[in-house]
Amino acid sequence: MINLIWLVPLLPLIGFIINGLGRNSFSKSAIGIIGSGVVLAAFALSVGIFFEIEGSEVKSHTIYLFDWISTGSLKIPLSFLIDPLSSVMLLIITGVGFLIHIYSIGYMHNDEGFGKFFSYLNLFIFFMMLLVLGSNYIVMFIGWEGVGLCSYLLIGFWYTNKSYASAAKKAFVMNRIGDLGFLLGVFLIFVTFGSVEFATIFPMAAAYMPGDTTIALICLFLFIAACGKSAQLPLFTWLPDAMAGPTPVSALIHAATMVTAGIYMITRSNVLFDLAPVIQHLIAIIGLATAVLAALIAITQTDIKKVLAYSTVSQLGYMFLGLGVGAYSGSFFHVLTHAFFKALLFLAAGSVIHGMHHDQDMRNMGGLKKKMPITFVTMLIGTIAISGIPPFSGFFSKDEILAHVFEYNQLMWGIGVFCAALTAFYMFRMLFLTFYGQFRGTHHAEESVHESPSTMTFPLIVLAILSAIGGIIGIPEVFGGNNWLAQWLSPVLNGVRPIHLDHATEYIIMSVSVGGAVVAIAIAYFKYIKGNHVPVADAGERSFLANLSYHKFYVDELYNAIIVKPLEKISVIFYRIFDKKIIDGIVNGLGLTANESSKGLRLLQSGNVGFYLFMMVVGIIALFIYTFLAL
Amino acid sequence: MGSLFQNMQDVPLNHYIWFCTLIFVIGVIGVLVRRNAIVIFMSVELMLNAVNLLLAAFSVHHNDSSGQVFVFFIMALAAAEVAVGLSIIVMVYRNTQSIDINVLNRLKW
Repeated sequence: MINLIWLVPLLPLIGFIINGLGRNSFSKSAIGIIGSGVVLAAFALSVGIFFEIEGSEVKSHTIYLFDWISTGSLKIPLSFLIDPLSSVMLLIITGVGFLIHIYSIGYMHNDEGFGKFFSYLNLFIFFMMLLVLGSNYIVMFIGWEGVGLCSYLLIGFWYTNKSYASAAKKAFVMNRIGDLGFLLGVFLIFVTFGSVEFATIFPMAAAYMPGDTTIALICLFLFIAACGKSAQLPLFTWLPDAMAGPTPVSALIHAATMVTAGIYMITRSNVLFDLAPVIQHLIAIIGLATAVLAALIAITQTDIKKVLAYSTVSQLGYMFLGLGVGAYSGSFFHVLTHAFFKALLFLAAGSVIHGMHHDQDMRNMGGLKKKMPITFVTMLIGTIAISGIPPFSGFFSKDEILAHVFEYNQLMWGIGVFCAALTAFYMFRMLFLTFYGQFRGTHHAEESVHESPSTMTFPLIVLAILSAIGGIIGIPEVFGGNNWLAQWLSPVLNGVRPIHLDHATEYIIMSVSVGGAVVAIAIAYFKYIKGNHVPVADAGERSFLANLSYHKFYVDELYNAIIVKPLEKISVIFYRIFDKKIIDGIVNGLGLTANESSKGLRLLQSGNVGFYLFMMVVGIIALFIYTFLAL
Repeated sequence: MGSLFQNMQDVPLNHYIWFCTLIFVIGVIGVLVRRNAIVIFMSVELMLNAVNLLLAAFSVHHNDSSGQVFVFFIMALAAAEVAVGLSIIVMVYRNTQSIDINVLNRLKW
């Protein structure tokens, strides 16, 4: 089965080619079957590979396909690395990806670009596979760039809307900043180790002392890359705008898979990051700051997808916090569970949007519980899971991260718990505003609200089950589990990193975070169900803090003021002086010189043949004189 | 015959050079001062033949016959040139009823 690994990325690529070429000629059902079929086949293969690895003693296989670049001392083969980490990632990508493909058949059914959409989705799956499977940083980088491209294409899927198109550009440009970090990191790795292969670098890194400057610099660059891709401070503003894309895209790319690429990459490079404690500390701080900032913004948003987007940023911040404190398996666990419940939440939100005929404003919703029962139940499960209520999946992963953070720094843990409570608050606020109370839209809109078709509810149900029970793969020791995921990942992560806390402390940590979440839910309940509070209109009066949060702390405006505006000013100056005066001056000057001089010289062309002959003789004599003088 | 050849051999090279220069200068002045196209044409021929004569003289002087061979080529070319040049002059005359070169002053911008 492992020898068939090349088929796993190839299948979605084939799907992309077929659907891309036949996007206008095939029927919608044919496109849907091809698009989902190739991902399902890839999923089946991934399952086979996963169990083969689990059954065998050798946990890490490098499958060499061919030499891609071979020049001087630089040899880059196209080869795939299959180990516990990448095999689990494969399962998430193909599994969740398949469900989202199925969902898209229903969601995009009336869209003109149906074929284009599926071919892009397949292309995305292909690049994501390359990112995850690559056995060196260069193949990973191809995937890294490829998923960025697909993200751009899909955010701007409805490119005729100008604000959607500029959201796509924003995502692309902000990702480029991170990609520059990735490139610099890879260059530095090559200069330092003389190779870009994981299998060569990581053993060599063991010779370095912790705190080595070069390694720290490499890690800093890689972290910048992760910041761009995984939407961390200060590069997070593209992700909320990326919600301009169709909802399945938000679920697949901007929640479940692509944005976790940064975490995957850091987890993959854990050997290097362990040698750079300063950078780890920085990662933890940035992660925590992002988590809190995004959670604070999410509290006042009124667009259902924006709430989820900021919640994604916030959860990604958690994962980075975990990476920073060395809880790699905890972070990866959160990647897994987050993929389930965030994909679920996005798809459920998509189902609501579908039912509401593309109205995303929660102020126009309310009371949808009766109209969309399946969507409601599944979304409720997702919301409980993300809020960290046991025994749903989010509880276990969040708890593992928080326990490690407690060990690392108790102040950070306190902020983390506060942020978890905020998460519970804004998620339940969203749920209450959408499904409870009275319908607040027009009467006509109320009549036409409907439950989504089965192609859309089936993925919801599957993801809801996974969100509910997904935690069993990482039940901590304190509950009598053996944290299967941590054991499974131990070959990649340099062994299991247990929590050195006694059980009583662990229980207290858990009960504090669960208690915080419950209190937050209660506040949300009293405010939005008992109090029937509805967020005010855009121009309405808000308190100072609410205003700050509603306007996203003016981060976009700040970036505009300190980066975009000065850049524009400088460009205008360059345009006026350098372009207009110097470049245009040279070009126009050349033309003008030729023009003016010929105006003078044309007087010589008198048309008088005798004069021509005279000049000819003068010329010959001049040549003679010159020749004799030269001699 | 032998004595004539001998006498020609006796003429110093200097004389040939002065003679040719004279003919050439006459040709140049003719080209510059005359306005009749045919006379200018004749003057050009004078210059050409002055050079031919000089080539032949140097050829004898250096005892190298290639100079004289060259003269034959120039003569052949000159014949062709005369044919073309004369036909141009005939055409000019047909069009302008004149062979005064100053009539042809339209060739200007």
